[in-house]
Amino acid sequence: MTRGIRCRLVDLFEYQARDVLASHGVPVLPGGVAETPEQAEAIAREIGQTVVVKAQVKTGGRGKAGGVKLAGDPAEARARAEDILGLDIKGHLTRKVMVAQASDIAEEYYFSYLLDRSNRTFLAMASKEGGMDIEQLAVERPEALARVPVDASRGVDEATAAEIVDAAGFPAEVRDQVVAIAVRLWEVFAQEDATLVEVNPLAKAPDGTVLALDAKVTLDDNARFRHEGHAALEDSASADPLEAAAKEKDLNYVKLEGEVGIIGNGAGLVMSTLDVVAYAGEEFGGVKPANFLDIGGGASAQVMADGLNIILGDPAVTSVFVNVFGGITACDEVANGIVQALEILGDQATKPLVVRLDGNNVEEGRRILDDAAHPLVTVVDTMDGAARRAAELAG
Amino acid sequence: MSIFLTENSKVIVQGMTGSEGRKHTQRMLASGTAVVGGVNPRKAGESVDFDGASVPVFGTVAEAMKETGADVSVLFVPPPFAKDAVIEAVDAQIGLAVVITEGIPVHDSTSFWAHAQGGSTRIIGPNCPGLISPGRSNAGIIPANITQAGRIGLVSKSGTLTYQMMYELRDIGFSTAVGIGGDPVIGTTHIDCLQAFQDDPETEAIVMIGEIGGDAEERAADFIRDNVTKPVVGYVAGFTAPEGKTMGHAGAIVSGSAGTAQAKKEALEAAGVRVGKTPSETARLMREVVAG
Repeated sequence: MTRGIRCRLVDLFEYQARDVLASHGVPVLPGGVAETPEQAEAIAREIGQTVVVKAQVKTGGRGKAGGVKLAGDPAEARARAEDILGLDIKGHLTRKVMVAQASDIAEEYYFSYLLDRSNRTFLAMASKEGGMDIEQLAVERPEALARVPVDASRGVDEATAAEIVDAAGFPAEVRDQVVAIAVRLWEVFAQEDATLVEVNPLAKAPDGTVLALDAKVTLDDNARFRHEGHAALEDSASADPLEAAAKEKDLNYVKLEGEVGIIGNGAGLVMSTLDVVAYAGEEFGGVKPANFLDIGGGASAQVMADGLNIILGDPAVTSVFVNVFGGITACDEVANGIVQALEILGDQATKPLVVRLDGNNVEEGRRILDDAAHPLVTVVDTMDGAARRAAELAG
Repeated sequence: MSIFLTENSKVIVQGMTGSEGRKHTQRMLASGTAVVGGVNPRKAGESVDFDGASVPVFGTVAEAMKETGADVSVLFVPPPFAKDAVIEAVDAQIGLAVVITEGIPVHDSTSFWAHAQGGSTRIIGPNCPGLISPGRSNAGIIPANITQAGRIGLVSKSGTLTYQMMYELRDIGFSTAVGIGGDPVIGTTHIDCLQAFQDDPETEAIVMIGEIGGDAEERAADFIRDNVTKPVVGYVAGFTAPEGKTMGHAGAIVSGSAGTAQAKKEALEAAGVRVGKTPSETARLMREVVAG
């Protein structure tokens, strides 16, 4: 699953993040991922000492939800995996667990690299006080969290890494280890096209070794063309089936919890359409938009048909609002696209469609829809009026 | 006057020989823009015919500038090659580089932005529709025939919402409309455009369109309060948009803003900006402002 409308991002599971870090030479504990209790038992046997079994879900608070358990031997690892697999954690179904060697922790630190969009640069953040809620630390004792901008054209070499580590005041006995890890983490960030690499905690074991115990990594989907391995990191198992179908057609679709199916051209206009429908829906018992679907600047008949097909396949949808501004593609072409799309769909088109066209050749576009006189189609001249009509039909 | 473009702007197109580049070069020419050349190292020395107008292709931006006096480049170069193309334009010291390309990795845009610091090139975009000064010049993909020249300045993150607003207010018209793009890292910001419109004697009032994510609108609100005396009307999209839960905590610490549409609307209103609830209401507010 990707997230974001403008910037498509892929959040990795902990085990994937761990593998990515390890592949760049960042020290991590031995472990593996399991989809069954038997697999968890086998991994625990291989590790041969106390392990921690952790739910792999992309949300916080899994510990409190019972998603992290210690296991003293392989049989116990199997039992704990049985408990955790299938667990619902804040609406996220646990499909996998990570089984990792348990570690005693002497000290916990924090380290991250991320995109700082406000300053159009990258930022390193580090603290010798990790583990805890870092957001809280940032508010209560901002001086304990070092923030060091990273020049995008220079990156992080050993000298820069040392500056970051010293700014955070890491203890002398771990300084060199943390500097080396900071260089490796930058490699992960830059070479994998990440927008976030966050290690929390970065931990010191009783023997003095520093390790990444938990990490969050977010990748930029726009960079997929230069990373053959990234496609395999996407979590297709938990994707919504409608979203998966839309992705196959290369449509920018996000499923929401409402009744009015939305199709529009351009991300901003579609976002605006969702808002206008939600306002109008307040009058009709809280009707809401059912999805985000941007068919792009040029709205061809086939793309319109693909989009309508996805939306009409959503059982929650009771009416559809097609909101198109004819700029590059003029309204008459868009109208022809809608008529052809309805022909392609035939009997599958069963829900009322409210169409609002504006822009180039708008009169001709409306005339084409009027002439087609499709029983399901209502043409409304304004965006606000059309949203109201669509909400009314859905309510 | 207008901002960033004039009737004397000479435009070259990097990626003119690709399908998108060709299509939109045709449209720019049709709307009266002086497109004086294309850039493609593999087709240098050739020329492309656009309904009788022959546009020469050069091997480099520097050569195109030397031969034609171009001061604006519009880029349709595909994502894998976009970073190098922008850097080439910056190194050639072109005044304005308009990056239309969608889907550029954010590490690449952050990198070319860093490279451009201290240089003489203004970057607009990436992932933007470009900008238009109706009747004078059109650098990008904004449809030229939906509006006319006038006294409103427009700056927007969104392409189609830009078109919608230009169309709704076509009777009043626009000095310049700038689509700055919605990517996380962009060259020219809301603030840059607000400053330019404030300084432009032909612009009487400003429409600013924002959307969820980042804190650009909040920063723009601060800027308006302190620096803009012309009336500003705003619109923010994304009150119900699914941006998705952000993983990790680092992002929230850095931005210092929730980035929600509500937070942006409140920041703008606190700075004296009238914010419309829908695009049409925003257009109505602008009519009231212009009617005085």
